[in-house]
Amino acid sequence: MCRLAAIVSEDYFSPFENILALETMKEGHDGSGLGLILRDLGGEFHDLKDYPILSCITSNKGYEVLKEYMSSKGFEVKYRWEPKTKIEPWMEITPRDHYIVKAYEYPDYMKDKSQKEKEDFLLQTRLELRKLGEKDESITVFSFWPDTITLKEVGDPLEVGLFFGLDHNESLKAKIIFAQGRQNTNYAINLYACHPFFIQGFFTMTNGENTAFVPIKEFLMSRKFPGYIGYNSDSEVFAHILHYTRHILNYPLKYYKDVITPMYPHELDSCNREDIETLRLMVKSLRMLTIDGPNCVIGCDRDNTVFMVQDTKKLRPGVVGGVRGKIGLMSEVCGLTSAIPDRDTTKDVFPMKYDFVYVKPGAKEIKIWNQKLGQTTTISYH
Amino acid sequence: MESKIRPDYNHQLSLKELPYIIRWDPAKCTRCGKCTAVCPTKAIEPAVFKQRIVISEGPIPTPSPVFKVFSGIKQVTDVERWCTGCNMCNMVCPNDAIMPEYNPQNKFLIHKNRGGYPYRRGGRRNDPSISTLDRLKFTRISMLTDPALDAQRHEFYIRTYIGRILPAEKLPLKIRKEDETLLVDDTVFVPPVREIFPIMIGSMSMGALSPRMWEGLMMGVAYLNEVENIPVVMCSGEGGVPPRLLKSRFIKYMILQIASGYFGWDEILHAVPHMKEDPAGIEIKYGQGAKPGDGGLLMAQKVLPLIAKIRGVPTNVDLPSPPTHQTKYSIEEAVAKMITSMSMVFGFRVPVYPKISGTKTAKAVLNNLARNPFASALSIDGEDGGTGAAYNVSMDKMGHPIASNIRDCYLDLVASGKQNELPLIAAGGVGKTGNLAANAAALIMLGASAVSIGKYIMQAAAGCLGDEYNRCNVCNIGKCPKGITTQNPKLYKRLDPEKVAERVVDVFKSANMELKKIFAPMGRSTQLPIGMSDGLSADDKAIADRLKIDYAC
Repeated sequence: MCRLAAIVSEDYFSPFENILALETMKEGHDGSGLGLILRDLGGEFHDLKDYPILSCITSNKGYEVLKEYMSSKGFEVKYRWEPKTKIEPWMEITPRDHYIVKAYEYPDYMKDKSQKEKEDFLLQTRLELRKLGEKDESITVFSFWPDTITLKEVGDPLEVGLFFGLDHNESLKAKIIFAQGRQNTNYAINLYACHPFFIQGFFTMTNGENTAFVPIKEFLMSRKFPGYIGYNSDSEVFAHILHYTRHILNYPLKYYKDVITPMYPHELDSCNREDIETLRLMVKSLRMLTIDGPNCVIGCDRDNTVFMVQDTKKLRPGVVGGVRGKIGLMSEVCGLTSAIPDRDTTKDVFPMKYDFVYVKPGAKEIKIWNQKLGQTTTISYH
Repeated sequence: MESKIRPDYNHQLSLKELPYIIRWDPAKCTRCGKCTAVCPTKAIEPAVFKQRIVISEGPIPTPSPVFKVFSGIKQVTDVERWCTGCNMCNMVCPNDAIMPEYNPQNKFLIHKNRGGYPYRRGGRRNDPSISTLDRLKFTRISMLTDPALDAQRHEFYIRTYIGRILPAEKLPLKIRKEDETLLVDDTVFVPPVREIFPIMIGSMSMGALSPRMWEGLMMGVAYLNEVENIPVVMCSGEGGVPPRLLKSRFIKYMILQIASGYFGWDEILHAVPHMKEDPAGIEIKYGQGAKPGDGGLLMAQKVLPLIAKIRGVPTNVDLPSPPTHQTKYSIEEAVAKMITSMSMVFGFRVPVYPKISGTKTAKAVLNNLARNPFASALSIDGEDGGTGAAYNVSMDKMGHPIASNIRDCYLDLVASGKQNELPLIAAGGVGKTGNLAANAAALIMLGASAVSIGKYIMQAAAGCLGDEYNRCNVCNIGKCPKGITTQNPKLYKRLDPEKVAERVVDVFKSANMELKKIFAPMGRSTQLPIGMSDGLSADDKAIADRLKIDYAC
């Protein structure tokens, strides 16, 4: 089972905190990979919020191809960060040639374009890069988006963190960091199968197994949206469903819960919500997106709202808790305790069947939207 | 000199030519005569036999032959009075003295065309080989990576939809900004959609079936809906429904069929203003898997007063429906008009969908329907579907197997992104060898939203005798020995509708549990696994490749 550690903070913090939380939860993962996404960046990227950042891994050949491609598109490198990797004899990591995190200036012809055109352009560029390097695995590109950095590598999460030099790191900090431990082992070991999954500003990570993967994948792919490709992991669909719900259908975020875990008609009959008729229509039209877990999904919206949601089969729920200014969303309590030890554990939230738990930027409080009651409960920290 | 009464051995059949040979044991037979009375085709008759016996009565052996006359049972060799193998003689025999035996060397089809009339019968395709559906296995089992579910205790949701489902992009929703709530704009038309159990009882008309059989099925369906909370629906077949049922609340469990003869629709249209509930749906029959290209046929023997009244026709006349709707010109115009007209009859509150026989052209039909916003589903009836009356050649040689037909159609819908908009209903051979839930689940995973059954329910609920060895299959001539497909009161009195209803309930409760037993280990419980093709494997590479699923051996 994957282990998940997301932290939302008022202040910038290092991703190593997430990695240490994963290490605490190690009993539950096989240490076959680490995936990190940093959002709302501090450190060296603090003043580069408007510039799209490309996160990828390349071979030497891929590095040249990428450089040439980006320059042919008119991108100019604004800032570049590379981890100071250090490999120790005991590490079971095979270092790659280049781990690239580059902030670019938009090409001149894109600078005055609308926000939507820029978003589509960034996606298109990412997909083209992916295609260029997919066959010979010379380029593996994870994200290309402002204020977002993705790092991934196969290996034990702690080892990977040390390998990237994140233990003594001042340059790479953020206010929202997602970390997932364990490569996806249900399918082939592949960097593209590693969570969190990112698409146009939305990202999610998941544990559990999605048995409805194939129909969901086919449904998403048949939407003909260019970014709905890949699916090296059954969990990638959760990120794309979030994108589809928010970006294509323009539903408010809380409806993500109704899309992936809709209520049955008998539940709707006794439901207090004003939008029951909406839900009755949605469950039919979006039947193919109903997940059949057990799954715990932790996601981040474009507006930096971080949430946790689960299906009814997730018998051991994840946990959300923390202190004012720092809240963790983790798959296990021990991970949360490692990251935020001095919290009031009586305020910890274990999302149940109908709950959609979310934390807004700043991490002042936890909100629990109850899908059935149509009510929000707030856990405040003082 | 030749005899004047030379026997014509060339045109006289022996028992060896017939499909079933009666095995009769004179030692066990009590000569009660029940077998000859019950035989639907009069294939056996009382006969007198002469027997040579050698006896010895003296103090020393003095064998001498004597001739004795005794009565018994004889099978006739007239091809029009062939033994159908129905086994009713055995069923009524108090001593098990008689039983038909299948004769694999028979030449029945070679001879059964007397008077230039091809062999006509009821039943199904006479092919006892293993069907494609029975070659599919469920091979994706949740093991360790995620827990399998408990079929007995976990909550399962085994329901499906019939009706045109709007794509999410077209739902008439608007956001109320203050509290970010999505509300429905009720000024926009949303097509009707019914939520039903994914196994439905397919179209068998009142006329093809006896009144008691029909009543039993309907009672069972009503009980399943109202007591067991299993929303099974049943299709009327062509020929209308009794006016009392039309005006009752139970009509909501019924899909009304309109076919090319429009039989029964005069009564239905007159009843519309008095109906308390809408029917579950309207099925427009364009084809039938058992006899593609043929219209329905109710032979005169079955058109007795009750049927004549419901259908609005004279008694004792053959009722052939034309092979196609006479108004049909093209799918874009006439079919669309038919769908729209039928929708209009019920105020656009009832899903309306066509049923076709399995065919290579199903994808073309589907593509047209996908563009018709009022088409609510497509029902495809494969070659293994049954019928009450058809030419043998149509049943045995015409049509398309359902598995690849439904798979092709589903993948076409996936390619156009409409796999959730137009439900596919699969029929034809579901549960042919008793694996009802497994066949249904396999078709669902290939892409069907629902399946229809006919023969299975007749066998399970009323003991229909038919099989793939041409057993019985006399549904067409009104002589059904079980009282299922006859309008002869003497025959249908044999059938107890209460017991039929009980068995219908048994069938669906047990199928419901078996579906759970299939879905649970695959980790599926929240929605029907439509198109979950990764869960399936075939034991034949060619089948696997054709259906685009895995091959497992």
